[in-house]
Amino acid sequence: MISVENVRFHYPGGPDVLNNVSLQIKDGDFVAIMGENGAGKTTLVKMFNGLLKPTEGTISVDGIGTDEKSVAQLSRDVGLIFQNPDHQLFAETVAEELSFSLRNFGFSEDVVQRRVTSLMNTLDLDRYSASSPFVLSGGERKRVALAAILAWDPKHLVMDEPTIGQDYLQKDRLRNFILQLLSQGKTIIIVTHDVEFVAECKPRVVLLSHGQIVGDGPAAEILTDSTLVEKSSLVIPQIAKLMRTLQNLAPPADIIDAYSARDFLASKLRSAATGSSEKRG
Amino acid sequence: MAAIQARSLTFTYAGADTPSVENIELAINKGEFAILTGPSGCGKTTLCRCLNGLIPNFYSGNIEGDLQIDGVSVKGKSTAELATQVGFVFQNPENQLFSLSVERDVAFGLENLGIPREEALKRVEWAMEVTGITSLRNKAPYELSGGQQQRAAIAGVLAMRPNIIVLDEPTSFLDPKSAEDIVGVIAKLNRDLHLTTLLVEHRLDIVSRYANRVIVMDKGKIALDGPPSKVYGDDARLIGIGLPRVTMLFHLLRRDGLAGERNPITVEEASEELRKVLGT
Repeated sequence: MISVENVRFHYPGGPDVLNNVSLQIKDGDFVAIMGENGAGKTTLVKMFNGLLKPTEGTISVDGIGTDEKSVAQLSRDVGLIFQNPDHQLFAETVAEELSFSLRNFGFSEDVVQRRVTSLMNTLDLDRYSASSPFVLSGGERKRVALAAILAWDPKHLVMDEPTIGQDYLQKDRLRNFILQLLSQGKTIIIVTHDVEFVAECKPRVVLLSHGQIVGDGPAAEILTDSTLVEKSSLVIPQIAKLMRTLQNLAPPADIIDAYSARDFLASKLRSAATGSSEKRG
Repeated sequence: MAAIQARSLTFTYAGADTPSVENIELAINKGEFAILTGPSGCGKTTLCRCLNGLIPNFYSGNIEGDLQIDGVSVKGKSTAELATQVGFVFQNPENQLFSLSVERDVAFGLENLGIPREEALKRVEWAMEVTGITSLRNKAPYELSGGQQQRAAIAGVLAMRPNIIVLDEPTSFLDPKSAEDIVGVIAKLNRDLHLTTLLVEHRLDIVSRYANRVIVMDKGKIALDGPPSKVYGDDARLIGIGLPRVTMLFHLLRRDGLAGERNPITVEEASEELRKVLGT
């Protein structure tokens, strides 16, 4: 469990980036942290592995305060994947990038090889095994950065803007991959602006605005709250907007993605079709 | 005469076995607003690099065929010459802004071109005006929001008075509201200045309503090309581009035999279509 209690944070001499933030993330939770540019999202998640320490308040991971462990120790449990993969990548080949930390943690060579091969396979990186990460596209580099962290199997995973630069198929793959990791019991925390991705994944949404938590609840509830959405510079998912124009069909409030909209509309369309053929008959 | 005309354009990066763009035939007319999209690695970035001269000036490889901007071949042109014809806006505005004030940043390209001071000042005023950042002129780029930074980057490009603007995923780093806002600015410039616009985008939800044309690339070739409602059919879904969610909904309904052939691309169109069928 990641526990944030009454946290305030500012950089030396600067204004508060986070103020009075309290948050509990249970093991196996799937949480999206959303909010406007500069809301404090990245600052918050950098505290989860101890990269930043709160100015006031406490952060603990699995019951131990982040001030009691080194970043290296914390990183075993909390894998943080940066928004910009170039802040993380350094090795000469993709395969080396993935095996570096495993070797450092002292895993045997056959374990290293097995893990690296399986990760490259899962994240569609096999063909780049011997390539330099820096010749890959932005989206591919992000997948290398993700694989490099997953290699040592941290219990909690934090991904900062994982969908930027990913095309639709890769986002779909990422979504399925996240579901797979959740089924293995991992905690997944994503920082994202991608409203449509969140509408399809339906995690718990924690909404930050100007350094404070202004909303916390199921995606369908938060993303359809006009006041909250406006306040955090988000937009309402397209399908939710469509449903609002169909109020006389009384659609359930939690329809925010195309698949659930299809299920709802299909029955309406079928009965409309039967109705009109009866009239004709 | 087309603003952008490619004839059998093929480029293979040095050391690569296969071309990254292959046999591109493309004509974009003056004043068009075209979206360029396609899966990662489809060749859209390479095509853009041909348009601003980074290929072949800075990336080595083998180029074949011809590319003309405003009727003149780009062959032998430097990136600086091309910058006055084709303005380029990148994904991350931070990479495009580096001066101490917005005004200095907007003027930067002009100074490099050796434009006389009087003329340069006029252009800077105009560019800040049309992008709505005049009031931010004395701010440092790092004091701006992401959306404001992207407006400043667009202003810097406009000051060079290009006839064509190419934007490479200009909204990726922006929150959704700023993204909608920037796309609105781009659409307005296209409309008011008849600026030929090529927008590379994955977020088709927010851009489709403004474009008269969508070009889909796949595996280095142009796979689909036409108005959004025509292009967003089954072929586009199979290539794996992220259709607007309302369009996707109609694809799903059609599979169950519950929707006609029309592909709505906006919430308004989808709503109208559904209400018509449902009689509400």
